[in-house]
Amino acid sequence: MKPIQMKDVQKTFESFVNKDVYIHLETTNGAYARHFNQKSYNVGAYIRNAKVTFSRARIAGEDGFYRVGLKMDLGWIYAEGLTHWEVDGQGRLLMAGHDDAGRLMVALEISEKPFK
Amino acid sequence: MDYKEHKHVVVIYPHPDDESFGAAGTITRFREAGVPVTYLCGTLGEMGRNMGSPLFANRETLSEVRKKELMDVAKVLDIEVIMLGYRDKTLEFEDRDGIAEHLRSYLANIQPSLVITHYPGYAVHPDHNALGAAAVEAVRRMEPGNRPILWAQAISNNRIEALGKPDIVIDTEPIFDKKVQAIQAHRSQAEAMIKRMEEASDHSGEDEFRKRMRYERFYIWNFDN
Ligand SMILES: [Zn+2]
Repeated sequence: MKPIQMKDVQKTFESFVNKDVYIHLETTNGAYARHFNQKSYNVGAYIRNAKVTFSRARIAGEDGFYRVGLKMDLGWIYAEGLTHWEVDGQGRLLMAGHDDAGRLMVALEISEKPFK
Repeated sequence: MDYKEHKHVVVIYPHPDDESFGAAGTITRFREAGVPVTYLCGTLGEMGRNMGSPLFANRETLSEVRKKELMDVAKVLDIEVIMLGYRDKTLEFEDRDGIAEHLRSYLANIQPSLVITHYPGYAVHPDHNALGAAAVEAVRRMEPGNRPILWAQAISNNRIEALGKPDIVIDTEPIFDKKVQAIQAHRSQAEAMIKRMEEASDHSGEDEFRKRMRYERFYIWNFDN
């Protein structure tokens, strides 16, 4: 994956607008946060292969950290802290936020076909 | 301890790298004694968060990356690896009896003299606890006369208060290089995990990684009660 370029990501969004697409949305601080530091908490959530349609997609942010909002008929899909992106060999838009040790903190992925 | 008295060891953990962080020294000792070791690896750790530094994996490629790392470690430790095909972070939601039967079918086939797994309830990660519980159940279901010994590994911070001193303590110091080699075969995980240990809140000074990794400790499971 490479550091996010807002313009390129924004352009890529357009090919997924107003279509049935599959979403992987995730955030995590790992299963060991509390084990290694009693003052922190294990927190995480993911949804994989939610089938959605969005009519609007926007990326915002600065200094290497970005937010994405996808507007659906009845609600929103939102992710914050995204740093990297790529379009993979299967045409899927993969976005993720990593800390400085390469640990994933958040991910938002969009595909026209279900994820494996 | 005489490693040679065992005829086959089966290690049951959920993630590629559990075997290296948790038992690479023990496995090495058994292999040096000529005892075959089979690793039943529950998942591919595909929901892990370490993507390498600099980044070389992503959520969608991580399963392939870690599968390859697992194959590399099989060579380093000279063990057979069997992948069970569950999905990372979901083992606690699966039917425990179903997993136990699945494991038992492998154990019936291999007929090990020793099974090593996580100590259910004291293994920090929900997958560790769930697969450990299923492994204990699988061994329990075997005929007592033909039942392997089971070593359970506890890694929670409260393990000593709750369970007392471990029955088996293996000092990996003389073979620590081999253990490090196994851990480093898990390229995507090793660096960040080592850093995590060095930065732990109860960090006690220099070389926290070596201190945490030196001893591999197990409790002998008692099936009588
Ligand atoms: Zn693990």
